Amino acid sequence: MIEARNINKYFGENHVLRDVSCTFHPGKTNLIIGQSGSGKTVLMKCLVGLFEVDNGKVLYDDRNFSAMNINQRKAIRQELGMLFQGAALFDSMNVQENVMFPLNMFTRKTLEEKFDRVNFVLKRVNLENQNKLMPSELSGGMKKRVAIARAIVMNPKYLYCDEPNSGLDPQTSSVIDLLIQELTYEYGITTIVNTHDMNSVLSIGDSIEFIHKGQIWWSGNKEEILHMGNQELNDFVFGTELTKRLRK
Amino acid sequence: MLRPLSTIGNYVLLMRRVFTKPQKGRLFWQQLFFEIDQLGLDSIGIVAFISMFMGAVVAIQTAYNIDSPLIPMSMVGFTTRQSVILEFSPTVISLILAGKVGSRIASQIGTMRVTEQIDALEIMGVNSANYLIFPKVVASVLINPVLIVFSMCLGIIGGWGAMMFSRLVSMHDYILGIRYDFEAYTIFYALTKTIFFAFIIATVSGYFGYQTQGGALEVGQASTKAVVISSIVIILFNLVLTQLLLG
Ligand SMILES: Nc1ncnc2c1ncn2[C@@H]1O[C@H](COP(=O)(O)OP(=O)(O)O)[C@@H](O)[C@H]1O
Ligand SMILES: [Mg+2]
Repeated sequence: MIEARNINKYFGENHVLRDVSCTFHPGKTNLIIGQSGSGKTVLMKCLVGLFEVDNGKVLYDDRNFSAMNINQRKAIRQELGMLFQGAALFDSMNVQENVMFPLNMFTRKTLEEKFDRVNFVLKRVNLENQNKLMPSELSGGMKKRVAIARAIVMNPKYLYCDEPNSGLDPQTSSVIDLLIQELTYEYGITTIVNTHDMNSVLSIGDSIEFIHKGQIWWSGNKEEILHMGNQELNDFVFGTELTKRLRK
Repeated sequence: MLRPLSTIGNYVLLMRRVFTKPQKGRLFWQQLFFEIDQLGLDSIGIVAFISMFMGAVVAIQTAYNIDSPLIPMSMVGFTTRQSVILEFSPTVISLILAGKVGSRIASQIGTMRVTEQIDALEIMGVNSANYLIFPKVVASVLINPVLIVFSMCLGIIGGWGAMMFSRLVSMHDYILGIRYDFEAYTIFYALTKTIFFAFIIATVSGYFGYQTQGGALEVGQASTKAVVISSIVIILFNLVLTQLLLG
C-alpha cells in the first residue's frame, strides 16, 4: 500500500500539487487521471522520489519514504518498477541486456539463472526470441513491453506506469493495459497508472483518482465514474466525440 | 555574476556523487573498457592526422625563419621537438579532444537525461552520476596520455617527413636537433597537463550533459556548451599549470 499525505509541490511560483492525499492498494490497478498538465507526472515523480515534496509525506506500507536518506531509499527502490512515458530503454543495450540490467546490478545470480529470469519475463510480455534486437529496431508497443519486462524483472511490490498508452494505437493500447492489469493481479502488485485515456479508465480502473489543477477532485472506480454530477469530471470523461455520442 | 558561481557549486555537488565506489565492480570494468574504446581508440585517426601535419608545419616555419648562418640547422629539429612536446601535443590535441570527446559525452548523457533513461537508473536505485560519468573520467585520464605520447612521436616524425621532402634541412641535422639537450622533465610536464585536461574534458562535459533539461534542442546546446566551457577551462589551466610546473 502506498499513501500520499498532504503533498504539496511548487516549481518556483507554480503551485503544481495542492494538498494531495490518496491511497493506492495492493493487487489493484490504481489510476491517476486528469488532463495534460494537471500534475499527474509530477505526482508520480514525487511518490518515487525523483522530485522532493515541499511538504507532506509518502508512505510505503507505513514506511515513511519522505524521511529516508539516499541509502534507505535505495532499498525501497529495489522493490519498485517504473514504466516511463517514452519507455526509457537504454539505447546502447539490446532487449536482453536492458531487461537483465537490474539483475546484473543488484543480484548475485549466475548467468544461467539470469537468462532464465529474463526469458521468463520476456515470454510473459509476449516477446519471445527478440532478445538481440536494439531499441531503435522496436515498434512503440514492443518498446513498452520491453520496458514492462524490465520493470517487473526484480519482482517489484510496487509498479508505476506513466501514460503507458501514449503514442500507441487503440488496439495496442488495450493490449498493454490488459498486460499491466494481469501482472498486477497475478503478483499482487500495488500498481499506479497515469492516464488520460478513457478507454483505459473504463477497462482497468479498479480505483481512480481524478486530479484537476493539482488537486484531487474526485475518487472512485470505473463503475461510478460515468454517473457523477461533477462538472470538471464530466468535461474530462465526456471530452471525446465517441464518449459524447455514447452518452446520448 | 551568480550564474557561474552556482554552476561551479552544482558541478562540485555532482562530482561528489560521481566519485564514489561503483556499486558493481564487474559492470564498472566492462564500462571502462567500452569507454576506452569509444573515447580513446576511436580518436587515434584524427590525432594522428593532426599531429603529423602540425609537426610538419612547425618544422617548415622554423626552417624558413633561420636565416643567420650562426644558427645551426639542427635548431629545426630541436624547436620542433620542444614545441610539439611542450605545447602542441598536450594542449592543441586536448582541445581537439575536448571537441570530439566532449561533445560525444555531453550529447550521450544529455540524450539519456531527456529520454528519462537517467530517471530509469535512479528509480532502480542506481547512482546514475557515478554509473555514467565515472568510467568516462577514468577512461579519459588513462587513455589521453597514451594518445598524447603517440601524438608527440607523430609530430616529430611529421617534421622529419617535411624536411625530407623539402630538403630544407638534412636528415643528419634534424636528427641531431631532436636529440639535443633532451630533458625527461618536459615529458612529465606535458603528461601532467594532459591528465588535468582529460579530467576537465570528461567531468565538464559530463556535467553539462547530466544537467540537460528539455528535448533534442537542449541536447545540442548542452553539447556546444560542453565543448566551449571545457576549452576555456583548459586554456586557463594551461596557464596556471605552466606557471606552476615550469615557472
Ligand atoms: N521539471 C519541471 N520544472 C518546472 N515545472 C514543471 C516541471 N515538470 C512539470 N512542471 C509543471 O508542472 C505542471 C504539471 O505537469 P505534469 O505533471 O507533467 O502534467 P501531466 O498531468 O500532463 O503529467 C505543468 O504546469 C508543468 O509545467
Ligand atoms: Mg505526464
